[in-house]
Amino acid sequence: MGFEWFSADAETNTIINASNLAEGSVNLNGYLSIAADNTITIFSPNPEVGQNIKTSFPTIIAEELDADWTKVKVVQAAFDNKRFERQVTGGSGATPASYKKLRKTGATARQMLVEAAAKQWNVPASECSTENGFVLHSSGKKLSYGELASEAAKLPVPQEVKLKDRKDFKLIGKKVRNVENKNIATGKPLFGLDFYREGMLFAMIQRPEAFGMKLKSVDSAAAKAMPGIIDVVSFKNNVAVVGKSTWQIMKARKALKVTYEKDKDLESSADHSRIFTELMAKSEATIRRKDGDADAAFASAAKVIKSEYECPFLPHNPMEPMNFFAHVKEDSVELVGPTQNPGSARNAVSKLLGIPDSKISLELTRMGGGFGRRLMDDYVLEAAELSSILKAPVKVIWSREDDMSGGYYRPAVRYHFEAALDASNNLIGYKLRGAGINSGNSTRENNFPAGAVDNLLIESVEHKSPISTAPWRAPITNFLAFAEQSFLDEVALAAGKDQVQFRLELLNKARTAPVGRVGYDVSRMEGVIKLAAEKANWGGKKDTAQGFSVYFSHASYVAIVAEASVKNNKPQINKIYAATDCGEVVSPMGARQQVIGGIVDGYGHAMFGKLSFKNGAPEQNNYNKYRLIRMREVPEVEAHFVDNGLDPTGLGEPSLPPTAGAVANAIFKATGKRIKNQPFIDEAPFKVKAI
Amino acid sequence: MATYKLQINGKSLQVSADPDTPLLWVLRDHLGLLGTKYGCGISACGACTVHMDGQALRSCTLPVSAIGTSKIITIEGLSENGDHPVQLAWDEVDVPQCGYCQAGQIMTAAAFLKNNPKPTTEQIDSAMHGNICRCGAYHRIREAVKLASAKI
Repeated sequence: MGFEWFSADAETNTIINASNLAEGSVNLNGYLSIAADNTITIFSPNPEVGQNIKTSFPTIIAEELDADWTKVKVVQAAFDNKRFERQVTGGSGATPASYKKLRKTGATARQMLVEAAAKQWNVPASECSTENGFVLHSSGKKLSYGELASEAAKLPVPQEVKLKDRKDFKLIGKKVRNVENKNIATGKPLFGLDFYREGMLFAMIQRPEAFGMKLKSVDSAAAKAMPGIIDVVSFKNNVAVVGKSTWQIMKARKALKVTYEKDKDLESSADHSRIFTELMAKSEATIRRKDGDADAAFASAAKVIKSEYECPFLPHNPMEPMNFFAHVKEDSVELVGPTQNPGSARNAVSKLLGIPDSKISLELTRMGGGFGRRLMDDYVLEAAELSSILKAPVKVIWSREDDMSGGYYRPAVRYHFEAALDASNNLIGYKLRGAGINSGNSTRENNFPAGAVDNLLIESVEHKSPISTAPWRAPITNFLAFAEQSFLDEVALAAGKDQVQFRLELLNKARTAPVGRVGYDVSRMEGVIKLAAEKANWGGKKDTAQGFSVYFSHASYVAIVAEASVKNNKPQINKIYAATDCGEVVSPMGARQQVIGGIVDGYGHAMFGKLSFKNGAPEQNNYNKYRLIRMREVPEVEAHFVDNGLDPTGLGEPSLPPTAGAVANAIFKATGKRIKNQPFIDEAPFKVKAI
Repeated sequence: MATYKLQINGKSLQVSADPDTPLLWVLRDHLGLLGTKYGCGISACGACTVHMDGQALRSCTLPVSAIGTSKIITIEGLSENGDHPVQLAWDEVDVPQCGYCQAGQIMTAAAFLKNNPKPTTEQIDSAMHGNICRCGAYHRIREAVKLASAKI
């Protein structure tokens, strides 16, 4: 295929620390250690959730180090905020935040190895170069990093180091495979649920069946009498069944007799619909952005377009359900498991137990997905509290039903849009009100088209509900982008303009006569619009209905063209093109995974995702009732990247927001029916009889 | 509690477990074979897929008492050195993202290709339809099945 293939491996142990390193290993800094046999161990600090960070971070260090990638071993570091920075998986922020530091880390170690060699040879360092794990001298002499490491470690750490020119990159931007592939393909125990400890107890927790209920009474006699059951413990609103194996606690849990009582309103989906209508009619709202005089613009408009869009709650549904191990001892705590935010989890446990941070260790396992769910600390706290009650090592395990019905959700939101066009079909006024349930600010007020419209009003209103919500991959924008990009499609249509041209005109306005703060880079957004249009041959295909969308989020730009046709009277999406500008693409294979995976995620949830409530309880709690996208339903996807060498920006999320808008716009073009709500399969274009 | 002699990955292993214990939990909690994953517990996601007498099967709903002398293969026993063509293809195509579902995907693909070594794309899609990948790695899973098929 002509690709450059590189392969390094991760250590198979779930947990490794410095004591597992090869004999004679020398730490050159907190991130890397070099052994006499030239093996280089790189510690990857950030939690791995499938975003490929355990491969891309070491790639960046190894690049500047000029390491032999085939001799690199990657180890997941524990949480250590003295040694590392920002050990968080969220906001698509890891690579942007750490790129320069990681490069400097590799370059500093390289410089020290060069100086150690120069000293040994008694030559100026300027006569030395490095290649593939060796320092070379112009005379032909060479020494391996392994031979130099212990001398290098004695040298002062240079403060200023030169970073490589990107034209000299050998790993960054090349096809480097996931370091964990072999471990995953052979079933090694990498995940939180795979962590076992001798003497560890297993626990499952019965939580209130509905949001708004609280625990009233527990009769645990029958459960306690079942085989393998050690205890049944109540704390807060939880009833924990503790035993010797997973199946035994799963069974005993069914024998619990628990009663609950109403504590707060028990909301149903029908209530949310009514609440949205009330919020839309409310006279007071939080003004998020105000440019010019929107009311005056609408009063003078030749044409006004109004539209509303709505989405349901969504569970995160990572394939690995929530779980965590805790061992609370006399004066210290051991925590092991999958979390996107270990710093927050440790602080929360410290606060709960009154034990200082410094006495709490937290080891990170690989995560079987997260999507924002593992930013929350609830399940870590459950494990810690239970271990402190039981005075024993314990692992709390959530069932799939627990995960889907007892968790945190993407908030349900409704958006109301209005656009004003003048007699020449220029967009002169724009209004958006976002109404959300536990959504916080349901708008992103500085996003496009803000900055390109003279008169603009963006406001939000919120209903506080007992149903708990949390960030869900591309928080807020995962639905807002669909609504905005669909509405812009409606406005372009009303203005009689091509959807791509319409967006480019607005961007030109943001460049030449910007209104207020422009929160995005006009040229970069134009860049992805043009690239996507070119790759998809926008407007140039006869038998295909194309839909367009572009979005700026997590500092990256993604434009999407979706292609639809009608088959058996129903719309189908055949192909999706994506153009992404995320600056330097550190790992092309990982980057394609993130972009394509984000598109599949955005498309799948827009098509099928819906969690509904009845009297405070979710009506779907497993995959027989809740539909996730499967292989047959996935359209072809083509991912393109802008090659501009700018510092990398986020990539775990940005392709998701624009996807659904392009899809709905394509379906509109194919069927004449506008989709305004998710999931799409419940909407008019799909509510037709197949021929 | 009862005692069972199970044929797993070419070995005869004895376990004491309640008769209704699903094979999944026998593998994980009793035998320490942690490659087979829990995803849904109702045979709806495919994360727990193993082979029983050569056929792909969901281990999360199969009681240990129903196994008898059937031969069970888990991801740990699919090949001796991790070099089954499907495993190699998974690495070469760089399939995994989070990786949690992949053991089940690989076991489904391996059993499928054994019965149908040269499948069409539609046949691959049908065979893999029962396995959910929440990361959305479906394109690469399909590509890896095709690559493995070419090498079998």
